[in-house]
Amino acid sequence: MTATTTAAAGVRVAALADIPPGEGRAYVVEGAAGPTQVAVFHHRDGRVSAVDAVCPHSGGPLADGQIDSCVVVCPLHLNTWDLRTGASTSGQAPVRVHGVVVIDTPDAPDGPQVHVTPAP
Amino acid sequence: MHREREARKRSLVLVGNGMAGARLLEELLERGASDLFEITVFGDEPYGNYNRIMLSHVLAGEDGEESIYLNELGWYAENGIELRSGVRVVDVDLPAQEVVDAHGGRTPYDVVVIATGSSPHFPPMDGLRREDGSLLPGVSGFRSLDETRAMLEEARSGQHQRAVVIGGGLLGLEAAKGLQNHGLDVTVIHSPAHLMNQQLDAEAGAVLRRSIEDCGISVVTGARTTGVSACTEKGRVSGVTLKDGRTFPADVVVVTAGIRPNTDVGVRAGLVVERGIVVDDQMRCVDQPVGSGGEVFALGECAQHRGETYGLVAPLWEQATVLADVLTGADPDAAYHGSKTSTKLKVAGVDVAAIGQSGPEHPEDEHVVFSDVRRGLYQSVVVRDGRLVGATLLGDTRKSAALQQVFDRGLPLPEQRVELLFDLGATAEGSVEDLADDAQVCNCNGVTKGDICGAVAGGCSSVKSVMDATRAGKGCGSCKEVVSSLVEHAVAAGGGALTEDPSVHWYVPGVPLRKDELVAAIREQHLTSVSAVFAALAPGGAEDAKSKMGLTSLLRTLWPTEFVDERDARFINDRVHANIQRDGTFSVVPQMKGGVTTPDQLRRIADVADKYGVGMLKVTGGQRIDMLGVKKEDLPKVWADLDMPSGYAYGKSMRTVKTCVGTDYCRFGLGDSTALGIALEERFQGIETPAKLKLGVVGCPRNCAEAYVKDVGVVAIGGGKWEVYVGGAAGASVRKADLLATVDSPEAVIALTGRFIQFYRTWGNWLERTYDFVPRLSIERVRLVLVEDSDGMCAQLDTEIDAACAAYRDPWKERDAPDAPGRFSAPALPLLPLPVVPSRRMGAPGGTPREELPVEIVMPNEEAVMSGAMAGAQQ
Repeated sequence: MTATTTAAAGVRVAALADIPPGEGRAYVVEGAAGPTQVAVFHHRDGRVSAVDAVCPHSGGPLADGQIDSCVVVCPLHLNTWDLRTGASTSGQAPVRVHGVVVIDTPDAPDGPQVHVTPAP
Repeated sequence: MHREREARKRSLVLVGNGMAGARLLEELLERGASDLFEITVFGDEPYGNYNRIMLSHVLAGEDGEESIYLNELGWYAENGIELRSGVRVVDVDLPAQEVVDAHGGRTPYDVVVIATGSSPHFPPMDGLRREDGSLLPGVSGFRSLDETRAMLEEARSGQHQRAVVIGGGLLGLEAAKGLQNHGLDVTVIHSPAHLMNQQLDAEAGAVLRRSIEDCGISVVTGARTTGVSACTEKGRVSGVTLKDGRTFPADVVVVTAGIRPNTDVGVRAGLVVERGIVVDDQMRCVDQPVGSGGEVFALGECAQHRGETYGLVAPLWEQATVLADVLTGADPDAAYHGSKTSTKLKVAGVDVAAIGQSGPEHPEDEHVVFSDVRRGLYQSVVVRDGRLVGATLLGDTRKSAALQQVFDRGLPLPEQRVELLFDLGATAEGSVEDLADDAQVCNCNGVTKGDICGAVAGGCSSVKSVMDATRAGKGCGSCKEVVSSLVEHAVAAGGGALTEDPSVHWYVPGVPLRKDELVAAIREQHLTSVSAVFAALAPGGAEDAKSKMGLTSLLRTLWPTEFVDERDARFINDRVHANIQRDGTFSVVPQMKGGVTTPDQLRRIADVADKYGVGMLKVTGGQRIDMLGVKKEDLPKVWADLDMPSGYAYGKSMRTVKTCVGTDYCRFGLGDSTALGIALEERFQGIETPAKLKLGVVGCPRNCAEAYVKDVGVVAIGGGKWEVYVGGAAGASVRKADLLATVDSPEAVIALTGRFIQFYRTWGNWLERTYDFVPRLSIERVRLVLVEDSDGMCAQLDTEIDAACAAYRDPWKERDAPDAPGRFSAPALPLLPLPVVPSRRMGAPGGTPREELPVEIVMPNEEAVMSGAMAGAQQ
């Protein structure tokens, strides 16, 4: 059950189809520094982003926040973070940005897969 | 048994069915007087009783006649009161204990109350009356519904251009404004040197005069009218003549030169009459002739108490309360000690508050005056021996409530007397610079003055950009004014210029259009999804996370059936139909229409709470039961087990209708508020609105369910009538709602409520509560549009709200078929096991720590971590 990092592509966390366009989901990913809670977002343009799942302001679940192509808005107090840099655009501490890629595996029955590499 | 009690009832005759009489009846009924007395009421006017104060609104065309009735004829019968309306009483035969009416009828009494009110005073003027003693046609007082009707008819006839109002007191100015509203050219002729001389000093009167003249009414003061001229051909008034010889042409003349207590009945009866019928502290007529049986009381404007007669409504109410206590024995020692008169009113569009004395009367009196004639502002206080003895506010009466309290209770005054009129603390512009840097300005988000100045130093030059950067003012919003002035000062201190971010006028930040422009564009281009709106209308077609929720709400309103739902455009609450909590769990509030529940519902709620380890059960302010701490993955199962519809406690939508007990059980209820509340909730359930919408219905004006502070509040006032109030608030802001209209049936309440909701949906800004929306448009405007249909949009609003209501689906039915994978399976944070902390049993603060509980309780999330969280990860 424990996910481990592979050097090239990180840990598979979900099929891309499991994350509706424009939404996020949270996963625990085993990285070099131990298990990490990661929020993965599926942008409407098909891109994916991954940042810490927990907002540093008061522990809000960022995967339940609303996003656009740049930022995520925490559902608790509407603080915002840039998904590319992790910097807050509303004066909070930054979140870590994790590596995330979509790998199109021809033999996977549920289509392209999302792989995450937690930041150190 | 019943018969015996009937036999013991005493006979109470009330002479006069005006506001004092009506109030007395209500106070009596409230104290169970129907069991003590057979009540008979004589009313000179052929109506039930009505609110005389509202006549000026009727004249101004703001209210219909129907809206001013307090109790209609049917109400008397319902309460077992015999009403003889249109019958004038001419005498009270004390020795015989009988009331004598103009038809010669004699009505025996045990107790008689004289409440004959007062009449307009017509000063001596040549030509005022015809030979038969009647007034010259075209001349009238302004006191009764009949007079108001006649004036309205003349004003609306289109045949008259000029009106003269004789007397520039409160009533005269209201008459003047009312006539002017109908297009007449109005001149007010006032004998004393300044307007409203009863309430205002000369300087305030001058400020008022300027405001009155600014709205196009001519004012002549210090001028006595000595004659009325007639046009012989038409046989009606043609003008007036002043003592100094000036003449003013007039097609309509209204005389409002004061009132005189109607004391004829008292005089005939042989009671002690000075200016009014003299009464003691229990409203009992003094020195009743020896040998007379029965008890004689006088009440209201016709009564003189401790040398005072009153012409305002508040003292009458105090008197009625005392008299009802005395008559029913509810408090045999009740006593009236006189009233400190104060007035707060809008006269001809100008706010006026007058408390106590208008100016200094003793040499030692302190008189603090602020006057700004150009802006129509005048404020003054009179202080004697360290106590407030008078205050006058004109043009801005926001301080009146605070001053009234200081005045009534004799509270100590600030050393700087001017602070009574102006806040010199943190909120006043000009003093914010004195705040310390670490002074917290926004308590919701913990923002200090230093943070705000820092944001300005960092380059922000608009209020909006500072608020965005610091989050100041983004909680409850009550500090916005202070934040604005701080930004203004900081920008100025830095040598910069304040800029206004144009986005403050946009409906949402990501689309540069005002709501009306946005609605037009959406309709024109037939945009039915949020992503389509971004693609077509946002700069560069860029989506914006903070705009999605507002656009979703708007599109749902505009396209009740065609809306293309994109879940990412919804806030998390609206995706999972529950309210997210600080720990990422959710609260579940089942619908409980009108706050009425059943044993079965309660049992199910209790069972569900046990089964899913609900952290806290809480009765909400909206009369439902909140189940807090439900895990997201449990939501569908919780809804299925509850099998109750969603209560919408999470959305920007109609939330709940709070009700009181109504008529089934309450002994005071005048209308079935519970049934109406349930009907309203059923009709408008789930309707999305620009901000949350809370309703309330109460069965009488005691307001047990707080309808006066709801977005829409409905109040039963008896006789089948309901008042509909809008724009109330009892959150971060507190505001009493404005009366929109009084209607005749529950169906009419539902129709008007729907019309208002759709109007708000159409024109309200995103997140703008009704308590900002209604004042922004003004209640007068809202009333014109929704009640008078001035803009011809009522039919469309009605159709649209019908369609919106018809599109209702209970969102909790989605439990069986979620729209997307992982909609409810994604667990709440934290996903990782955390050190176990003591848990509160069922939310009872200070409850039993976890380790002392008899059964093992699985912490929320532990189970999820064990089974669900890793499901997405492989290997």
